[in-house]
Amino acid sequence: MASELTRNGRVTGYRRDDLDINPPYLYPDYASTQTRAPKRPLVPMPHTLSEITGPVYGDERIGELDHDLTRQHEGEPIGERIIVHGRLLDGDGRPVRNSLIEIWQANSGGRYRHHGDQHPSPLDPNFSGGGRTMTDDDGHYEFVTIKPGAYPWQNNPNAWRSRHIHFSLFGPAFATRLVTQMFFPGDPLFFQDPIFNSVREAKARDRMICSYDHDRTVEEWALGYRYDIVLRGREATPMED
Amino acid sequence: MATLTPSQTIGPFLHIEVPYEGEERLVDPNHPGAIRLLGTITDGEGNAVDDALVEIWQANSAGRYAHPEDDRDDVPLEDGFTGFGRCATDSEGRFEFLTVKPGPVPGPDDSKQAPHIDVSVFARGLLNRLVTRIYFPDEAEANAGDPVLSLIEDEAERQTLVARQEDGALRFDIRLQGQGETAFFVI
Repeated sequence: MASELTRNGRVTGYRRDDLDINPPYLYPDYASTQTRAPKRPLVPMPHTLSEITGPVYGDERIGELDHDLTRQHEGEPIGERIIVHGRLLDGDGRPVRNSLIEIWQANSGGRYRHHGDQHPSPLDPNFSGGGRTMTDDDGHYEFVTIKPGAYPWQNNPNAWRSRHIHFSLFGPAFATRLVTQMFFPGDPLFFQDPIFNSVREAKARDRMICSYDHDRTVEEWALGYRYDIVLRGREATPMED
Repeated sequence: MATLTPSQTIGPFLHIEVPYEGEERLVDPNHPGAIRLLGTITDGEGNAVDDALVEIWQANSAGRYAHPEDDRDDVPLEDGFTGFGRCATDSEGRFEFLTVKPGPVPGPDDSKQAPHIDVSVFARGLLNRLVTRIYFPDEAEANAGDPVLSLIEDEAERQTLVARQEDGALRFDIRLQGQGETAFFVI
């Protein structure tokens, strides 16, 4: 039997109180926002059954080596081999289980394997730069890759992107969907990177920076980095009538 | 309470990883009721947005979501229908899905929501995704009573969320900014 709550559309939504940590749509220092940010105010809407449900990916489309970006070709890519791991959590610290995580990144010279990337730095025949995995029952995930290089972009004169890996997260619902970027600790390029700085609060920017993890560093092989990702938490469950 | 991980732009190079092949096809072309749902995304200067990712999420034709929290057992699930699709825009800003029209689903306070599809738009220059909804042109009465569509006060703005028929397909253009700007939601 369906619960009366679902039938009556009285669903438990996701919390909104922390959403102001997100960057604004219009952030003029990031030039592309100027023609793409909506001008009209966005319309607040309640979470309905449509927003508390969302795509359920199984692991049927995850290949055995999809989490290891260093083993997708005949040879190994050039670069500093790293292990990026952590947990996918909700706002209450609970693990988000069996959830798809997708990543993509530039190679160690700061070049993406993409027709739109004209940076005059060589492609690496042994590096594609895309990976995916599912979190386990503890919300844990792990990727093996190489540290991406910094690269110039056309936003303003002598502009360089901080080293980063793109992350795509789903979580349990349409409302929890998140696309973000993971940065590396101590990057000297942060001060001039408007995408990173579009997040106004320091503690929220810190959340996007992984930490060096000596416990996960593998002797004679790879450096470990820890990156926990926190998705929105759930509102308190309403009482049944 | 832990600080949430903030959103960042998807950037122009998403195609390295997403979407996967065939994700724009929620049903086979010979599926009963299959509809082409297509549109173009333009920016504030009227230029095509050729590096966007459009995601859709919807109930099946009976109005049931393929998700554990939609536990209405008396509304049938459909084998193989996930309700989720992704499509990257092409060099002219176009996207196209093959799907079915969803059934109505419950809304807040015992209301009924008109058939609709939830949409996320990601792109370079969007530091957050933009969320909107697609409603159907043959549902004027249900649309008028829809608890979410009714939150948009201006009639012309509401109409930006209603797809239109075009040569047997449903067209839903998305204007990010400026004249005819699509209504977007905070969810």
